Amino acid sequence: MYTQAIDTDPTLRTSAASDDGAAEDAFLARIADDEKIEPQDWMPEAYRKTLVRQISQHAHSEVVGMLPEGGWITRAPSLKRKEILLAKVQDEGGHGLYLYAAAETLGVSREQLIDALHSGKAKYSSIFNYETKTWADIGTIGWLVDGAAIMNQVPLCRCSYGPYARAMIRICKEESFHQRQGFDIVRALCEGTPEQKAMAQESLNRWWWPTLMMFGPHDSDSTHTGQASAYGIKRISNDELRQKFVDVTVAQAEFLGLSIPDPALRWNPARGHYDFGKIDWDEFWRVVNGQGPCNEARMNDRISAFEEGRWVRDAASAHAAKHAARAVARAGALEAA
Amino acid sequence: MSDSNAKSLAPTDWPLFEVFIRSKQGLDHKHVGSLHASDAEHAIALARDVYTRRQEGVSIWVVPSKAITASDPALKNENFDPMASKIYRHPTFYDIPEEIGHM
Repeated sequence: MYTQAIDTDPTLRTSAASDDGAAEDAFLARIADDEKIEPQDWMPEAYRKTLVRQISQHAHSEVVGMLPEGGWITRAPSLKRKEILLAKVQDEGGHGLYLYAAAETLGVSREQLIDALHSGKAKYSSIFNYETKTWADIGTIGWLVDGAAIMNQVPLCRCSYGPYARAMIRICKEESFHQRQGFDIVRALCEGTPEQKAMAQESLNRWWWPTLMMFGPHDSDSTHTGQASAYGIKRISNDELRQKFVDVTVAQAEFLGLSIPDPALRWNPARGHYDFGKIDWDEFWRVVNGQGPCNEARMNDRISAFEEGRWVRDAASAHAAKHAARAVARAGALEAA
Repeated sequence: MSDSNAKSLAPTDWPLFEVFIRSKQGLDHKHVGSLHASDAEHAIALARDVYTRRQEGVSIWVVPSKAITASDPALKNENFDPMASKIYRHPTFYDIPEEIGHM
């Protein structure tokens, strides 16, 4: 689903001051040449830390992102929609795994990453702290939230860290299905009864602004964009991506006959882009810092899913140990014979 | 049987496996990623769910990551650069007269 540019670790601002200067220069030259950095290569500590934070935030977002949609699997309006939603939610779990595996190549363990999420130390995308009140929200999430995610993720396929770039290529291929299935849900509602269309509009009204917030703070307020772009991790700035998203989405909303809830939205021929209204950053920071509508519920659900699944993991361990012991016993019996 | 005494790993200590997928009959298995699993059989089951949801493969290999020996990235230049000057290994190095045509 998505990683959000919320960088709150002040220790990273001093970046490479403590690293070996010559090695750092050679490293930056490789980045400038568009070379991929691989796990066994030398890298500055700040690069490693930035990646661990970003990739793990991204992985957590995929996993927590299953929760707002998961609740609708049993309530999907048809068998076809149910199967599609199941497949989509399963993809999100897979995306989480690709990303955890990429983060682990940087020397952190899965356990550390999951602990950081469950203890509240690690962030995930603020968008998943909003409620999914209606079936239309499942459509809107696919259409807008996954649409915004694709905007952000396509440039990450070219990021400088090999394992992250390769995970992103796989994710982007699958994400396109997510966006289209969402658009298809919204479109079906818009072509349905007036009540169904009103449901789609009401959903767009609630999700529009939180979706724009997904791109993260304005470039002028984002302390890490400079560092991350020097490292070839972030290729396009938050504001550029947000603008691109608004520009393509307006036409899609017009096609659907939905209106975007922003009175300031208008085409600016001089800029060649849509102008849009002010984002409520107070709301953004409230949600990021734990006061969103569902922060607590999401974490409780995540932790109980992890705890309730423990017996399955333990059973798999016991099964593997049993088979290993039997193999040893068989080999011993053969030797004795 | 010593089954009940078999020592099982905590799930957090599950070994890492590298996953290779053959996309279709006749092609090579290609590395696609890695995952943790309790044993190789479990790794195959997980790899199926994680890496072949869209018919990406017809066959899966899993290999314990620690069984892989890799070349030293610091020796990249001395290992591979010498071949850059041996362009005579490539057929395009040689001129074939037009009269001869395809060779």
